[in-house]
Order: sequence, then structure tokens, then C-alpha cells
Amino acid sequence: MGFVEATGAALRLLLSADPELWGIVGVSLSVTLRAMLIAMPLGVGVGYLLATVQFPGRRLLIVVTQGLLASPTVVVGLLLYLLLSRQGLFGQLHLLFTQTAMVIGQVLIALPVLIAFALSAIQGADPRARETAVALGASAPRIAWTLLVEVRFALMAAVCNAFGRVVSEIGCSLMVGGNIAGVTRNIPTAIALETSKGEFAQGIALGIVLLLVALAVNSAFAYFQGESRR
Amino acid sequence: MTSTFLGWRHLAATLALLSAFLSSASEARDLRLATTTSTDHSGLLRAILPPFERERGCRVQVVAVGTGKALKLAENGDVDVVLVHDRQAEQAFVAAGHGLDRRDVMYNDFVLVGPRSDPATVRGGRDVLHALRRIAAGQVRFVSRGDDSGTDRMERSYWEQLGISVRGAPWHVSAGLGMSEVLTMAGEMQAYTLADRATYATTRARTGLEIMVQGDRRLFNPYGVIAVNPKKHPDVNFADATALIDWLTSPAGRSAISAFRPGGEQLFFVTADR
Repeated sequence: MGFVEATGAALRLLLSADPELWGIVGVSLSVTLRAMLIAMPLGVGVGYLLATVQFPGRRLLIVVTQGLLASPTVVVGLLLYLLLSRQGLFGQLHLLFTQTAMVIGQVLIALPVLIAFALSAIQGADPRARETAVALGASAPRIAWTLLVEVRFALMAAVCNAFGRVVSEIGCSLMVGGNIAGVTRNIPTAIALETSKGEFAQGIALGIVLLLVALAVNSAFAYFQGESRR
Repeated sequence: MTSTFLGWRHLAATLALLSAFLSSASEARDLRLATTTSTDHSGLLRAILPPFERERGCRVQVVAVGTGKALKLAENGDVDVVLVHDRQAEQAFVAAGHGLDRRDVMYNDFVLVGPRSDPATVRGGRDVLHALRRIAAGQVRFVSRGDDSGTDRMERSYWEQLGISVRGAPWHVSAGLGMSEVLTMAGEMQAYTLADRATYATTRARTGLEIMVQGDRRLFNPYGVIAVNPKKHPDVNFADATALIDWLTSPAGRSAISAFRPGGEQLFFVTADR
């Protein structure tokens, strides 16, 4: 099947509202949104602490976080598989081959991105914001809030980046999700499967959806930036 | 210091909330079946499982991997039942106490397929070993699964019987992929490969590969089903696993397997003696 032919078939699939295709899109969105909701506060929180609080081992933690930015997602998947398998440390939880396992994997993949970007954003913030807040006698959470608001655009970039990494990752989802139809089959694992079967139309259709989702998320952020700068 | 304490308290509160969120999202327990790509990608399971699911009132979650990995998942207790094709490994699996109630379900057969041009001139033969010897002698490209699946193990046993070492041979391409991908690759490379008939039939139109050798007794490919031993893994879904095994070998299951004929061609044959 040629490229044009496959793309045409893909568009027909999308327009025909193929329930299986949209089910796969639903799994991707649900898993990634849950993962981001968990990872965002955690990542920004840890990034903030690393940027503002001095403690022994802080440098090492920063270096490790930045190193983890390059961790292959299959390695995260393998480690998680070994932990969640019934032979593993958390085997009794029966989380292997569930969406929850995929959520945990994506949280682990998103965290280094969020922490590293939040850290550098807060370190690069105008020090006067913090000084002013302190001088005005603001409480600690108030100071944190002021700083985070100050660097909100950099934090949004961090979130966009982390979202892009997890929504498109395949290694970990495949390993701990198992690519079970209707349960843990998300866009990337479905594309890999359909391509392996030679069903290029379905693969392209899902690829288009993935691109549209990424575009939508980034346009939403761009819109908010424009709004608040006005 | 206050800032740290407050930060941690907030973090703890967030964590507690999120863990509640996570547990509420976890799925109910279904029957997990680890099986080979041949049964899943050919569409067989999608055709025959729904009646069982309706009758039993449970959902079957299919994890399609190679036979080697399927048995490994079962050994770890990560699935409840396996449907695989490597009788020696299946018997070893039961003998080691990992599984119970192994039964023959069905069989199909392997075929040696290759490009229309047939550069090793093996077309029409009935002896798979003879054909493979010719391919090796002519150093014609052969794509191997290389993924420790049932098909891969079968192919390796042929080379062993021939006493030919294919490790590192430039004409022997070890792909490390599933059956459909390997067939696509063989089509692109105009190479030979060993395939189960079901997957070959579903991809034939796309790859343009043709059957070179079939009908050899050595190409016989029986599938067995095994429940994971609940004594080893007390929390497996043994009840539904046994129900599936009973159903697959019941008249209803057997006729469902025989009735699966995509494109009018029967791909799996039920085993005669139960």
C-alpha cells in the first residue's frame, strides 16, 4: 500500500468514527492525563525544593535527575515490570498489565523532565521577586506561590515537554501494559502493532490523532500565554 | 526551615490524595491469557472468545507475545492461562510444577515461504530439511524470527538436525520480530522464511510470498493450553482458566475454531483425540 493510499484510508477511518480507534485514543488520553496530574505537583514541588533549600546530597540529586532525562523508557518499563510482576516486590498489588501500571511508568518518565525544568526555571527567576515577598513578611507557601507564578511560562514549557515525552512513549507502556486490546492498548503501542501487521492505514490514522493532540495541548498553552501577557 | 516542613506536609497531603486516586482507577480482575502472536494476529481469538466471555461472564485479556515469553509470564504468575505451541517446552513447564491441566487444543502447520523467483529452487518440495539445506548451500537470504518464539524454536531445531550453524551467517537474518513483521521483511528482502500458515495466509496479499514447501510431518504445529498452577501462585484466576480450557476443548469451542475461516480458508484444525 502506497503512502497516499494509506493516508486516504486513514482519514476515512478517522471520519467514520471507528469505535476501536477512538477507544485507543481514550486509553492514551486517560493514562497520560492521570500521569501528568500526579507528576506535575510532584515534579514542580521537588524542583522548587531543590532550587530553594540547601541540604547534603543536593548536587548529586540534581545531577542524577538531569541524567535521568535521557533514560530510555524501556529501561523504566523493565524495572517497573520486575517490581510489579507477581514475583516482584509489589506483586501482591496485581498492577501488572493494568492502566495503573502505565500511569506509574509515565509518572516516572515525566518526573525528571518536570524536576529539571522547574529547577532551572526557579533558579533563573528574578531574585527580586523572592526578596520582595520575604521583605513583605509573606509566609513560606506564599513565597513559593509568588515564585512559581513568576516563572509560570517556563513551568508550562516543562509541562508541555513532559506531556510530549509520555504521550508518545512506547517502551514502558508496552512492557507494563501488555498492549491488551481495549484495556492497555494506547496510541503508540497500537501504532507499533498495526504497523507490524502491515495495517498501515490504522497506524497513520492514530499517528494523525497523536499529532493533533500534541498540537491542541501546545496551542492551549500558547493561548494562555498570550492571554496573560496582554 | 519552616518552608521545608510546610512543603513536605503539602507533599504528603498531595501524595495521599493521589494514591486514593490511583487505587480507585485500578481495573477489576479478568482472565489473563498469554498467547502467541499467531493466534491473536490471525484474528482467531477475536472470533472465538466472545461466546466464551458471554457464557462465563468474564473478560479475557489477551497478551500476545512469543511462546518463550508467554511461558515466562505464566511462570511468574503474571497471567492465568497460556495458549502456546512448543510441546517440549509445554511438557517441561508442567513437569516443573508451573502449570496444570495441559491439553491439546488445535494445530496448524508451518510452511516454508519464499519469493516467486525462488532463487534456491526449493518450490514444490515436501522435505523441509532438504529445502533448508539448499538455501544454506546457496547462501540465499533467510529471515529468522530470532525472538525465541515457538516458530523460532522450531526453525532452530531444523538447523540443529541439519548440523548447520547459522550463527553469524550473513545470509541468515535474525530479525527479533513477530511473525507478521518477519513476513513483511522477507517480502521486502525477497528472502525465505518459516511461517505458521495462519499468519502467512493473512499477510499473503501484501508480501507476495509463495509457499515453497508444505506437508512435511516435521512442519506439524500443535497448540496446547495450560492453566497456571494455583499452588505456585495462589492468586491466579484458576477457576476461569479451567473454564476456558474446558470450553476450548468442548464441542462448542471446537466448532468455533473449525468455523474460523477468514477468506474461506480454514487456518486452525482441532485436535482429533482429546
